[in-house]
Amino acid sequence: MTTGDIGLWGVPIAVIGGAIRVSTPILFVSLGETLTERSGRINLGLEGTLVIGAMTGYATAVLTGSAWAGVLVAALAGAVFGLVHGLVCSLPKVNDIAIGIAMMLLGTGLAFYFGKPFIQPVAPNLPAIPLGWWSDLPQVQAALNVNVLFLIGLALAFAMHWMLRATRPGLIVRVVGDSSDAARAMGLKPAQIRTIATAIGGAFAGVGGAYLSLYYPGSWNEAISSGQGLMAVALVIFARWNPIACIWAALLFGGAGALGPALQSVGVTQGYYLFYAAPYVLTLGVLIATSSPSRAMAGAPGELSITK
Amino acid sequence: MTSLTRPFSHPLSRRGFLRGSAALGGAAALSSLPLGARAETPLTVGFIYVGPRDDYGYNQAHAIGAAALKEIPGVTVVEEENVPETIDVQKSMESMINLDGATLLFPTSFGYFDPHILTLAPKYPEVRFEHCGGLWSADKHPTNAGSYFGYIGMGQYLNGVAAGHVTQTKKIGFVAAKPIPQVLLNINSFLLGARSVDPTIMCQVIFTGEWSLAVKEAEATNALADAGCDVITCHVDSPKVVIETAAGRGSFVCGYHADQSALAPEKYLTGAEWNWGKVYTDMVNTTLAGETIPNFVRGGLAEGFVTMSPLGPAVPEAGRSQFEAVKAEIMTGGFSVIKGPLKDNAGNVVATEGQAFLETDPSLESMGYLVEGVIGATS
Repeated sequence: MTTGDIGLWGVPIAVIGGAIRVSTPILFVSLGETLTERSGRINLGLEGTLVIGAMTGYATAVLTGSAWAGVLVAALAGAVFGLVHGLVCSLPKVNDIAIGIAMMLLGTGLAFYFGKPFIQPVAPNLPAIPLGWWSDLPQVQAALNVNVLFLIGLALAFAMHWMLRATRPGLIVRVVGDSSDAARAMGLKPAQIRTIATAIGGAFAGVGGAYLSLYYPGSWNEAISSGQGLMAVALVIFARWNPIACIWAALLFGGAGALGPALQSVGVTQGYYLFYAAPYVLTLGVLIATSSPSRAMAGAPGELSITK
Repeated sequence: MTSLTRPFSHPLSRRGFLRGSAALGGAAALSSLPLGARAETPLTVGFIYVGPRDDYGYNQAHAIGAAALKEIPGVTVVEEENVPETIDVQKSMESMINLDGATLLFPTSFGYFDPHILTLAPKYPEVRFEHCGGLWSADKHPTNAGSYFGYIGMGQYLNGVAAGHVTQTKKIGFVAAKPIPQVLLNINSFLLGARSVDPTIMCQVIFTGEWSLAVKEAEATNALADAGCDVITCHVDSPKVVIETAAGRGSFVCGYHADQSALAPEKYLTGAEWNWGKVYTDMVNTTLAGETIPNFVRGGLAEGFVTMSPLGPAVPEAGRSQFEAVKAEIMTGGFSVIKGPLKDNAGNVVATEGQAFLETDPSLESMGYLVEGVIGATS
């Protein structure tokens, strides 16, 4: 029988599969936030950007019949949201955290309002690459059905890491993020650079939203995000503003989220509410374990409003 | 009781303004109407949904029911979506009562009852609060509140009959939101329906913990498919994600709340659907006739509260005939899903030999167990 019971082996396979399936939007949002925060600004509004990306992506895919057009429009919508956040925060004495919360509410509100007619229609899904072809087990095949956006996210993380470490634009972002004074002395315009970084970060979050609505779970409704955007912003601290670490953080979070359903499916049924808290407990645990009373948070950009 | 201040108590309030202008406009409109078209007693009915109205699920089923009321002359329907089960629903209800003049309210979500309806019902004795779900009881709760629900467990039993004829792995799956009695009855009914075809069938249940949590529902569906379940159904607010994910994994699906056959035409076996239009029309007609709606309203397939989706192409001939036979038996009344000898999945006896619980039995509305053959636990 091909769809047989594989018993306890189902748990690690489901966790790996879940990590790949669930982590992509978290990865995109945390990469976007990493770029934004490395330039010295916090954008808490990415939850709203994620939802607006999910809605615009889904709506575009429904209307045009092309999932990739949806991804593109979601990225554009995300960039617009990032741009607005960036421009407003460039004004003097504007608190980026307050604006972020406002943008979050605006994004979800707009998405709910304009997304109404798109709850029912079915949009074309993004393609997946069957990397599990070598296995006869349908469970393995399903777990390794990897979406293209996940691979793009991985590539983006490495590219961003290299960009920040070894290129001139990366240096500019880092200087602006660490010291506005030094940046000005170099002849850079911090506000402008932060606005660009926030807009690009917003575009990333928009793509993450398109993944939610166009691939997994692959449906637009108002509860589609359920706080993943906020969690991803928090994961940036967990990842210490390092794009490569964002991959691990997102995978860990996604895999931990798959643990609850997977354990129930093999008969570990007691205390599932506890298992559902696993991702959050894990994040807290690692943060506590890696924090130190004697030094400041390693990797934190100096211009962030939470570190100043 | 909390001391809520009434909104809009200012003399030049929006409420007063709206009333005044509505009265002017209404008088102008009425005077131009022929005499016979005037409604005797206009009635404003308020509907509150916990999610979006077109979710392919729970809220859509209620909204379709509400839409049926718009045909009745003299009835105005006001609706609000996405109202959480918090103090927000009290605000929505008060604004419907005070601003729209609603005198019959349908706050449709389970969690709206306690404490929200219970707070407002004594405060507005002239308003009727009809709650969907099994929580109202005569000795504890206000008489201007009432409870209505349908015996949709029978529908899940029929889902199970269809599933029992289709499953190859002899394992079927259920994505459930929370372990409340209605959900547990649905899970048990689904399995017992399948076991009426083949008593070796098992049912795996996964609780997501929330009524609407798309990613977790998709993960739960994938976990069920990984565990070898080849027919999957659910009890969550919007079955869309479960149906699409399950069909994408090659599993067959049974619908719930509304007809989801359009989402997976080849894989959809059948589905248990609400038919609230009939219930709401009856209740509004009762109110318009000047009578009081009974506090405890129940009905099932026979009463037209619940209907089944047409059988899908994957159900074999033997399944079709058994499905129709069982459905006819349910329609005549006296059919019991929970009947002895029956144990729960922890080995405790829930029904002894010869004992049978009719669908109308109130003890089923406090069900706290999963029957033998269900893999899962309520906590």
